[in-house]
This record gives sequence, structure tokens and C-alpha cells, in this order.
Amino acid sequence: MIVQTIAFYLFAAVTVAAGVMVISARNPVHSVLFLILAFFNAAGLFVLMGAEFIAMVLVIVYVGAVAVLFLFVVMMLDINFVELRQGFLQYLPIGALIGIVLMAELVLVFAGWAFAPEDTTVKAAPTPPAAEATNTHALGNILYTDYIYAFQAAGVILLIAMIGAIVLTLRAREGVRKQRIGDQLGRGRDDAVELKKVQPGSGV
Amino acid sequence: MTDALPELTLILPELILVCGGMALLMVGAFTGDRSYHSVSWVSVLVILGAGVAASATTEPRTTLFGDQFVVDAFGHFMKWLVFIGSALAIVMSFGYNRRERIGRPEYPILIVFATLGMSMMISANDLISLYVGLELQSLALYVIAAFRRDSARSSEAGLKYFVLGALSSGMLLYGCSMVYGFAGSTGFETLAGLFSRADAAPEIGVVVGLVFVIAGLAFKISAVPFHMWTPDVYQGAPTPVTAFFAIAPKVAAMALFVRVLVGPFFDLFQQWQQIVVFIAILSMILGALAAIWQTNIKRLLAYSSIGHVGFALVGLAAGSTDGVRGVAIYMAVYLVMTAGTFCCVLAMRQNGRMVENLTDLAGLSRNAPLMALALAIFMFSMAGIPPLAGFFSKLYVFLAAVDAGLYTLAVIGVLTSVISAFYYLRIVKIMYFDEPAEAFDKPMGRSLAAIVAVSSVLVVAFIAFQTPIVRAAEVAAAVLFFS
Repeated sequence: MIVQTIAFYLFAAVTVAAGVMVISARNPVHSVLFLILAFFNAAGLFVLMGAEFIAMVLVIVYVGAVAVLFLFVVMMLDINFVELRQGFLQYLPIGALIGIVLMAELVLVFAGWAFAPEDTTVKAAPTPPAAEATNTHALGNILYTDYIYAFQAAGVILLIAMIGAIVLTLRAREGVRKQRIGDQLGRGRDDAVELKKVQPGSGV
Repeated sequence: MTDALPELTLILPELILVCGGMALLMVGAFTGDRSYHSVSWVSVLVILGAGVAASATTEPRTTLFGDQFVVDAFGHFMKWLVFIGSALAIVMSFGYNRRERIGRPEYPILIVFATLGMSMMISANDLISLYVGLELQSLALYVIAAFRRDSARSSEAGLKYFVLGALSSGMLLYGCSMVYGFAGSTGFETLAGLFSRADAAPEIGVVVGLVFVIAGLAFKISAVPFHMWTPDVYQGAPTPVTAFFAIAPKVAAMALFVRVLVGPFFDLFQQWQQIVVFIAILSMILGALAAIWQTNIKRLLAYSSIGHVGFALVGLAAGSTDGVRGVAIYMAVYLVMTAGTFCCVLAMRQNGRMVENLTDLAGLSRNAPLMALALAIFMFSMAGIPPLAGFFSKLYVFLAAVDAGLYTLAVIGVLTSVISAFYYLRIVKIMYFDEPAEAFDKPMGRSLAAIVAVSSVLVVAFIAFQTPIVRAAEVAAAVLFFS
């Protein structure tokens, strides 16, 4: 138990610290790297909660894809981040005010939190006990049975997204030299090598 | 697992669409642009095949996949309309796409996938399948709107549609999560049972969720005040795409709107009726007034379609079987009129260039008398002049509204109908009485001419064979009131 508590405070502290660094780091590349650190620690928190599937998805999707995409965007786009940051102090009061208002709203919401009495009677997808099935198993169990229709449809949506991206951006450019593997392999010795009978002393 | 297979015969239309779409995608990917024509025709066949499969299943109301998908008469009726609309849209696009050099096989394939999404929307019986179907449809539509990627207007239309569509999806999802949070279920039947059981007033959270769901869906049918995207997207998108937008997705979204309000939320009728009345009135008024100042025919038709959505919503506001029957008939007639009108718009070419201004139609009666006659028929019908189809479709929704005691709504409907007659008739006046402008290129194309001919005959002769359509709409409407 004590190990878990220590781990929780470690992960939580690093997450918060990394979050602060994301918005305060001078170099945008450092910001993205701190963001990745925050994701990793959040994944650790999920593992502590027993939600190992979400933890792994967080690492794979957010760290593996989204954060790397950010990194590319930050490095490829030539944005002057120092200029963007100017006026930070100027906007600080109003930003802090909005933050306090949001905080107050959150406190109010959580103070008045109550579960509807009916929600136990109509549970759409009852969760199996944690001892009997792992997260992944339990999710797969309903995803591939009860929700197979939505799952397949989501696959078609992704297919359309792919078609759309290709249709709207792929252009056949002129003057592009493409590798033609067939031609390369079909090249025989006769096409490539020529035997020259060189007379002695006359040069080529 | 053994009982999963027989279910598949009931979703045959959707299976045909998704498998056909993917197979055509392979053909298109490997053969490139030269297969545009053949892929288009096969797409039309795929969509019509799905339509045949939809009408082949005659089982009474059945739900599949753990109640996420429903097959019923209402779905069949609306799916037929959508399939016809999509097939027409592909056929209408041939000439335009060839001339503008945007004929690529992805175009019909995206329409097939959009049709799949619409079909799934119509059959949705769960908030999750509703959202998935809607998103499938919308995503394909965003891409088609920007299909003419070298044109700034087309790209702008696609982007605008995408941003506002994403906003509406957000609102819809927010509403869905509110409903789920307060009711504890996403299934339409469970929700309907829950609301009918509640003896006291429904929880405020459910009502808030319902409002957001309505707002999200109102975006999709472009009802005021969620119509802002319509004129710009209609004007910016390539004309055959505009025709497609005006025909198929609107019918599908309207079907979904009706199914959601009359299905799970029917017992909250008190709550949603005011909203529907409100957006119906606003849509009718804006559709009638804003179109008066338009000079671009695509923009004018955009406002006209907003107005038509308002009229159709009058039937829904009645909240009765007659009202829903009116909506179904209205959408059927709207589809025919709009398809014909857009074929005429597609034929507006001068020296190989598309023209879109109303003044370009001047003196059309002398240059192309048949086209002018057909366009005049469509305009009279849209204005609701008897004995054309548009009159009867309005009649059915207004009668339902009067039966339900919504006299104010019906009166406003008739008044706005009269106002909107002004700009429809102005087009007729421009065509018949103004000095002839430059003639349009001829011929308009065989497929366009055929669609114009068939739809104008349908509009004129609607009175003669309306009985089967009205009967089918009645059956479709009756099945919705299950609770």
C-alpha cells in the first residue's frame, strides 16, 4: 500500500510539474517534450487506478502519435514563439480571473454531485468484476459483441477520412522521377554492358 | 453467435453499399481517372441494388445488433428516397465533371459511402448508431464539397461546411451525453419506455440534452437558426455536388429528425413541440424573405430549401401520424422538384462556361422552350400552385397542423408560401417576358434531359397517382408511433 501511495504522489507531482513546464518553457520543443513526460506520468496514474488499457492507449496514441505530430509541427512551422509570448503578464490578471471562476464552478459542481437513483436500474453495460477479466478483455467483450455495429461503422468512417485526405491533397506532379522496379529488374546484360574492341595503342 | 448470421440479410442494403464502395475503391485506385465513367455507372447500380434489397425485406419492424439498428417501413420509404436521390446525383454529375475535368472515380465512391451513412442514419435506433451514421455521411460530404480543389470557392465551401458541421456534431454529442447521463441509456426503445414511465415531469437534464440534440440535427437539415452554412456551401460547391446536398442528405437528416423526436422522445412532445414550431416558423420566414434579394440561382435555391425544410417541419410539429405522413410526402415531392430544378441549373452553360445568375435565364422560353417549360413547372410546384405536386405536399402538412390545432403555424405557413411565390414566379417572368440573353449551349445532355422530363411529368401528374405514395407514407408514418 505504501508503495502505491509513494508512486501516486511521485506520478502526480511529476505530472503537475511537467504541466507547468509545458506552458513556461522558453523553447517550444522543450514544451512538447514536457508534454510527453506529463502523458507518461498520467499513464502511470491510470495504471495505479487499475485502468491499464487506458494507460497503454494514452502512451501509444498521445505519446506515439499526437505528441510526435506536435513535435513535427513545432519544428516545421517557423513560428516566432517569443513574439507569441509577449503580453503574457499583461493578460495574466484576466486569465487568472477566468481560472478562478472556472475553479469556483468546478467546486460547486462537485459539491452538488449526486447520482440519479434510477441509474442502477438501467445500466447499459455492466462491468465484470476486476478479478475475472482484465480491462482489455472486458472492453473487447462488449466492443466486439454489443457494439460490433458501431465498431465496424467507425472503421468505415476512418476509411472515408483516408480517401478524403488523399483525394484532396494528392497531386500527380510533373517531372517527378519515379523508381520503376520492373524496368530496373528487366535490365539485362545486353542493355547495360557493351564490349568494345579496343585497338592497342589507339585509345577509346 | 449462430443467431448473428440471419440478421445480416436485413442489413443487406448497407452491406451492398459498403462492399460495393470498397470494391469500387480498389478499381478506382488501380485504374486511375480513366475509370471514372465505368465506376460511376457501377456506383449507380450499387445504390439501386441496395434499394432493391431494401424493398425486398418486408418483415415488420425488426431491430438488430442489440437494438442499435432498426428495419421498418419508415426506413424503407426514406431509404428509397435517399437512394434515388444519390443515384440521380451521380448521373447528373457526368457532363459537368467531364467538362470541368474533375471526373475522378473517388467522386461516385464518396457518394456511395455518403449514401451508406444516410442509410445508417435512417435506420438508427440508438444514440451511438445515430452519431456514427451521421458522421459517416457528413465526412463524405465535406470531402465532396471541396472536390473541385483548384477552385478557392469549392475549398472554402468544404472548409466552412466542415467547421460548422464539426460544431454541430459537438452539440449533438453534448446533447447525447446529457440524455445518457440523466436517463442512463442510449437505446431509443429504452429511452421511450423510460420517458413514458415517468409520472412526474421529465428531468431538466434530459430536456437540456434534447435541446442540444435538436440543435445538432437542425444543423444537418439547415433549419433556421442553424442555416448559416447553407447559402455559402450551396454556392461554392460544384453544382452537381450542390444538387446532391439539396436532395439526398436533407431527406436523410429529416428522416432522422423525425425518428428521434417521434421515437424515443415522443413523451416529451410538450417540450419539443415548441422548439419545432419555433424553428419551422423561422425557417419559413427566412426562406421566403431572404431569397427575394438573391441574384445567384444556387443561393436562391439554398434559401428555397431552407424554406422547404420549414414547411416539412410544420408536419412534424403536429406530432401525429398525419403529420409524419405529411413530412414523408413532402420530402418525396421535394426530392423530385429539386432534382429537376438542379438539372436545369446544370444545363445553364454559355460558351462552355457555367453561369449561375438569374439574369442569364432571360428569354429562355425563346431559346430553349422545353427547358423553360420544365423549369416553370418546377417553380410553380415549389411555389405550391395547384394542381402541381408542390401544392399537395404543402396541403398534407398544413392539414396535419390544423388537425393538431396549430392554427397560427398553418396561417404563417400559408402566408410565407405566398411570399415565396414571388421569387419563384419572378424566375418564370424572367424566362418568359424578359429580352432574350445569350442562348445556353446545346444539347443539355441526354441524362439531364431525361431526368428533367421524368421529374416534370411526375410533378404535373402527381395528382393522378398520388394514392400509392400517400399509402406508402401512411404505412411508414404509422410504424414510428410504437410507444
